[in-house]
Amino acid sequence: MNSLKKCEDISKQLIAYLDRRANSADRHEVEEHLAACGACHARAEEFQKLWGALDALPAVEPSLGFDTRLHARIAEEPRTRWFGWLTLQPRLAFAMAMLLALSVWMGNMPRANSGGESVTAATEQEEFETIKDLGVLENYDVLSKFDALSEVPAEPSPADQQAQPVNQQTPDQQPPTQE
Amino acid sequence: MEHSGALQLYGNASVSYTVGAMVRSDVELMLQVKAGDDESFNLLLQKYRTPLINFLFRMVREQATAEDLAQEVFLRVYRARKQYSPSAKFTTWMFRIATNLALNSVRDNRHRQMDLSIDAPVEEDEAPIQLPTREMRIDEHMIERDRSEFIRRTIQALPEKQRVAVLLHKYEEMDYAEIAKILDCSESALKSLLFRAYETLRVQLAPLVNPAGQPVAPGKGGPNL
Repeated sequence: MNSLKKCEDISKQLIAYLDRRANSADRHEVEEHLAACGACHARAEEFQKLWGALDALPAVEPSLGFDTRLHARIAEEPRTRWFGWLTLQPRLAFAMAMLLALSVWMGNMPRANSGGESVTAATEQEEFETIKDLGVLENYDVLSKFDALSEVPAEPSPADQQAQPVNQQTPDQQPPTQE
Repeated sequence: MEHSGALQLYGNASVSYTVGAMVRSDVELMLQVKAGDDESFNLLLQKYRTPLINFLFRMVREQATAEDLAQEVFLRVYRARKQYSPSAKFTTWMFRIATNLALNSVRDNRHRQMDLSIDAPVEEDEAPIQLPTREMRIDEHMIERDRSEFIRRTIQALPEKQRVAVLLHKYEEMDYAEIAKILDCSESALKSLLFRAYETLRVQLAPLVNPAGQPVAPGKGGPNL
């Protein structure tokens, strides 16, 4: 029974031993077994004879037109184009097409607050114009020496308005004189 | 500038290819093909067309079919050049394509023959292989062609995986790791597969292996086959 098991075990290594590809440990193990087992030794010899017999199978040569036919078939192959890589990666191509379609769809969607946005932008511009010179307006020295301001008539106080009611009437507003 | 040279490889097959193909590895050549160098593709073609055609011929048993399949293999290699990445040996990749194509062809042909046999009028089936009796001397009854045909048919009768394993091991002299990758199995499984295949061949080809007439004991002392 032990011998049978050993034969089974050795069968895996036998071919590698015979074609000289077994490692040294396996080779040593097979040699030990073959020295002790007549059946496996006989089989190993027949394997070697078998390989000699298999050599009788003749090789064939390619026919003369083989290369020409192959080159003709290769010439018929479509040339690679710049977008050829897309055809080789259909998932990527599909994803890109979907992304493009989504972009177009999003771009064509009506905007509910488009008017409100333009109004907001105008208001912001006005506020900016108002505050951009705020620093100058708050500077007293600048304002006191600003010539243009001297030409602006001072706003009369309520007391002045009461003291000079007649003088400020225009000729059209004067009552007609009795002659 | 490359110089022409010639090598004697794979038995009687004379394979001539340029020194450039020998200096540069298959992977380097394929990377150059990927970069658009058609001359490197021609070098690979010259180097591998004969072993590839022989492998396919032993698989499908018809040279015309084998050449058609070999063309398809090279065409697929050419088409896939842009996606090539040197993650495996070039020969592993190429022979894996060849194996798949050959097995598909054999299956299709088998189905075609089954369809024909159903439609065709009942006739005598093809004569079974005449195994010479042990009393006969094999060289008295077989001319060389018949001997080759006998071997070819016996190999053909092996299960698919065993057949591919034997052809790649015996005739293409590939190492176990590469054959295991082509067959998508472990090296340990491949060794068992090869043993079973050679054991079957040893029994079936006994008239060639042991022409003296000593009986061959199938599986005696070995694993159950």
